[in-house]
Amino acid sequence: MAGNIWVVADQWQGRLTDITFEALALGREVADAFKVPLEAVLLGHGCASLAEELGCADNVIYAEHPALAEPVPETHARALAELAQQRQPRAIVIPATNTNWGANTLLAAQLGVPGLNFVVDLKAVDGALEARCVLYGGKIQVRVQPRKEPAVIGLWPGARPADQGRSERKPSVEQAPVSLAAEPKVRLKRYIEPEAGEVDLTRQDILVAVGRGIQSKDNLELAEELARALGGEICGSRPVVDQGWLPLSRQIGKSGLTVKPKLYLALGISGAPEHVEGMKGSSLIVAVNTDPQAPIFNIAHYGVVADALELAPALAEAVRARKG
Amino acid sequence: MNLVVLMRMVPDVVEELEIAPDGKSLDQEALRLIVSESDDHALEEALLLKERYGGRVTVVAPEAPEVADVLYTAAAKGADRVIQLRGVEPGLGVAAMAEACAAALSAIPDLLPADLVLTGAQSIEDLDGLVAPLVAHRLGWPYLGVVTAVSEVSNGTATVIKEFQAGYRGEFQVSLPAVLGVQAAEKPPRYVPVAKVRAAMKATRIEEFEAPQPVPEPLQDVTIVALAKPEATGRAEMLEGSVEEVAGKLCELLAERGLL
Amino acid sequence: MTDPAAGAFLGLPARAILWVLALIAFGLFGWRVAAYIRVLARARPEPRWDQWPARLKRFVLEVLFQRKLLEEPLIGAAHLLIFWAFVFYATSFFWNLLRGLLPFLPIPYADQAAWMAVALELFGAVGLVALVVAAARRYLFPPPRLEQTRDAGIILSLITIVLLSSLTGAGALVLAGEHHAGVGIASLFAGLLSGLGVSPEQGVQLNVAMWWVHMVTVLGFLVYIPYSKHLHLLASPFGVLFGSLKPPMPAASEGAARLEEFTWRQLFSGLACAECGRCDRACPALNSGYPLSPKELMHHVKEMIMASLASGGNGHRLLGDRVKPEAVWACMTCLACIQRCPVGNEHVPVLIELRRRLMADGEIEAHLQEALTNLARYGNSFGQSARNRARWTQGLDFKPKDARKEPVTWLWFTGDYAAYDPRLQPITRAAARLFQRAGLDFGILYEAEQNSGNDARRAGEEGLFETLMEKNLAAFAKARFERIVTTDPHSLHALKNEYQWQNGGVPVVHHTELLWELIRTNRLPLNKRLNGRVTYHDPCYLGRYNGVYEAPRQILRALGVELVEMPRHGSRSYCCGAGGGRIWMEDVPGIQERPAESRVREAAAVGAGTLVVACPKDWVMFQDARKTAGLEDKLVVKDIIELVEEATNP
Repeated sequence: MAGNIWVVADQWQGRLTDITFEALALGREVADAFKVPLEAVLLGHGCASLAEELGCADNVIYAEHPALAEPVPETHARALAELAQQRQPRAIVIPATNTNWGANTLLAAQLGVPGLNFVVDLKAVDGALEARCVLYGGKIQVRVQPRKEPAVIGLWPGARPADQGRSERKPSVEQAPVSLAAEPKVRLKRYIEPEAGEVDLTRQDILVAVGRGIQSKDNLELAEELARALGGEICGSRPVVDQGWLPLSRQIGKSGLTVKPKLYLALGISGAPEHVEGMKGSSLIVAVNTDPQAPIFNIAHYGVVADALELAPALAEAVRARKG
Repeated sequence: MNLVVLMRMVPDVVEELEIAPDGKSLDQEALRLIVSESDDHALEEALLLKERYGGRVTVVAPEAPEVADVLYTAAAKGADRVIQLRGVEPGLGVAAMAEACAAALSAIPDLLPADLVLTGAQSIEDLDGLVAPLVAHRLGWPYLGVVTAVSEVSNGTATVIKEFQAGYRGEFQVSLPAVLGVQAAEKPPRYVPVAKVRAAMKATRIEEFEAPQPVPEPLQDVTIVALAKPEATGRAEMLEGSVEEVAGKLCELLAERGLL
Repeated sequence: MTDPAAGAFLGLPARAILWVLALIAFGLFGWRVAAYIRVLARARPEPRWDQWPARLKRFVLEVLFQRKLLEEPLIGAAHLLIFWAFVFYATSFFWNLLRGLLPFLPIPYADQAAWMAVALELFGAVGLVALVVAAARRYLFPPPRLEQTRDAGIILSLITIVLLSSLTGAGALVLAGEHHAGVGIASLFAGLLSGLGVSPEQGVQLNVAMWWVHMVTVLGFLVYIPYSKHLHLLASPFGVLFGSLKPPMPAASEGAARLEEFTWRQLFSGLACAECGRCDRACPALNSGYPLSPKELMHHVKEMIMASLASGGNGHRLLGDRVKPEAVWACMTCLACIQRCPVGNEHVPVLIELRRRLMADGEIEAHLQEALTNLARYGNSFGQSARNRARWTQGLDFKPKDARKEPVTWLWFTGDYAAYDPRLQPITRAAARLFQRAGLDFGILYEAEQNSGNDARRAGEEGLFETLMEKNLAAFAKARFERIVTTDPHSLHALKNEYQWQNGGVPVVHHTELLWELIRTNRLPLNKRLNGRVTYHDPCYLGRYNGVYEAPRQILRALGVELVEMPRHGSRSYCCGAGGGRIWMEDVPGIQERPAESRVREAAAVGAGTLVVACPKDWVMFQDARKTAGLEDKLVVKDIIELVEEATNP
């Protein structure tokens, strides 16, 4: 029991999210390296059926409690702390999503152990667990080794393909009661649904994405023109949405949408991790940025060091010419 | 409302980041610091709450180059009290700093009790934790992050909006006092003209406060193996030439993949 | 000859009536004028008491000869004639009044002096013709943006009565056989009267009656002036006299929103405004559909003063209901309004005061906020590292000298756009190659150069301007150079006219001035004659602000191209829409045709294949505009540097 690798399942609207399977895939590798079992931890209320999807793990620890139905990071952290104290895993991998934002830090604090953030990879090095973290908007990577167990790992999307963590196998499921004695001080009152977007961007084959590099709202026209020429839709990164140039329904990344189009054309997007997590699964990524050092070029398939404002109209023209 | 805002300086990624010769930290010489973006939003949200419900805003920030400018700017924007925390060692990660700040909050005279401690939901160097939950844990207060609005403050509770994903948000009831990690204030942080900042420099005293010594041993205990700039592997194939040439090449690529 | 004030009227001595009427009229007039002066006295001070020779020269040109009005020739001529008629008739009136009130004075009545009688006849007649022209323009062919008010009709009628009564009186006198001098116009009127059956005996009485009609009308006029739009008759000469002799920029302040927060000169503009609409017709913001009218702005200043007079006290606001923030931010500070205003009004400073106040209150346009934040932090509006400022030099086969490390003759201040905008960097490199080829000893400041602050200042961020100025002056102090050349007209204006140099400063020139000098002295030999038809856009900050119109044209002529002028050229050039911080702000809804689009269409309309610019912001604005205006096939936009390089290439 002690020394196992744990992966905490992440849920959204009653379903397991992709990052859960990404984490399982990564956890599998780490568990195999340490030759220990991989366990999935499912927290919630009345969601036992989800455990069946977690077959990538050797065992599922299902902690059921009414309070865990609400996405309150503090409650989830307390439940995990209870379980970890009983079972002493070696590492707890928690997907870092907005839903449970901060749960990994709270858990680490409660256990008095290291809690790592921005983790994009995890492996065994000479018998020690080593994490690779992305800092400074993707400009620096750090390799770190937690010195106490259990290591709490805040995992960012994209560590492994999600499909690698899916399995047809039915795992063993173990009910694990949690007490959660204290009355929660944070309660969910309601979900606020997004204002209806006019199109479902997650179903688009071609997306033209704009970032801070487009400089002004006026220049959106150039990107829209290109999107029209390509037969795609326009979307953007957080700064563009915060500026009010695009509606929230067109934001890609953390807090926004996760998309996997056939073509993702990133115009003037630097490639901060918060954005990358929403689009890294795209089949073809083409990035245009004036800064040759921009992190977006590390995940793009094709890159152009150019002013997006110049390239967009030229490309639109070329596409129109070719389409005839 | 008694509002405390924790702000801190982080490397400005507009400037080139250099790795120090030891390979385990950033070259401090080459660094230029800037206030963490979401901390600025935390300040703005606090100022908005003060405007709405009355009360006072105290800004606490660990000592760092140019932090005085940030504190004077905060004062010019409407913060009532600005405090610089001395003796917090700079370094990668935030856990030690968050612990020191949390300890200092209880030690600074006339600061607590407060209704809310606000800080950024995250920063670009949160290697070993997030400030807001660490402070919440230390104070024993409830926590919520990715916050975008606070309203209906009364009877020891507040309604707090946080972001989920795909445009969904959640409305929470939070018991006060609480620690909130602010993602974005209800309005973009206000601009304050240079003249006002200069006036604040004359009119404001930055309180200096020694962080409680010794700084509590950080719970978070990690060994930094190495820093690196992102590897070139997996790097995009770069297309070169004039804008028209590049557009032509891209067109070919898309056509080959049946995307046109 | 009869003394028209000697008789009696309804049993009352006429002279006593004249006294009473004069006292009432002057009392009301003085009361109102004193009220205006009290308002102005409460306003913030603004020194305008220097350089009297220059002021008087301007007074002669613009008041006595009405130079600016004559820019619109027909109505200008009419106004000039009415003005001079007014001068003579006013003189005659005071003269007559004095003589009528004080019969013991040893002088005749005005029209009894032969020269005055001639002048009155002459100006009376041409004045009437001019009035017909003015009325026809106003009512039959009104120009756009002319304010149609009842005031204007009343004034035109009053002036007509004044002139007609005088001429009819003179005619009546001729009929009575008493008139002795004239140029035939009085005789014409005499013939007319005779034709109407007026007898010579009645002529004497008619003359007296006309004298009274004339005097009472003018007295009424006197009262009417300070209460109407024709306050400008009174105020405008002072407006011109106390106008700014250089492009105006209000002294550092916390901005203004209320009456007492403006300077007296800013308020005075409201009093001097004749609502002629010349500013509106020139304003690029208004003509593109932005919610700004410089004329309305002046009118609102006046309204605010009037409200204060009506209710007394302070606190009357300009900002808010009268002038909306959208209007305040719309200004491009191109100076066209001030340049065209015949009464010396200064619209831009009022807007800058309002901007400063909005800035202090934190009510600032989001994109402007971002640009200003970047300026404050990085010294450039692009939000890029200062270390990248000289990145444009990569790609040159030589490295420009670092003026901080070695002495140079010329310090080249590139400005933000030339240095940071990737589209402009090739032009900046071309300029470097030209300077190098001419053997110019030049250097740059590398990362020490900061934005000049010109546009931040015009956006209302005075403190930021000061900060940037201090940083640049500190960088200048550490470098060794004799002169400055800049590729940015906005920087040119700030460095040349607004920086507070400690040691008197150094000469600052624009690159067109330097290039022309190099070409003229054959240090930059032209190896190729260029052809094609080009037109040249005068940048606001080079032309109107600094009077450089000829150097770029000399260069173009020397290059061999055919230079055609657009209708709006020289001091009447039309702004590209980028100035005053507008380049950083969003367009507002309702824009019909952006200024830059209007401009590229104008260039295409004169048959030019190339629109030549001399300002990096123009280049950016017009490149975009030729695309949005659909002129990509017809018009290219080039910096003059590009043409010079083409012609000097071996």
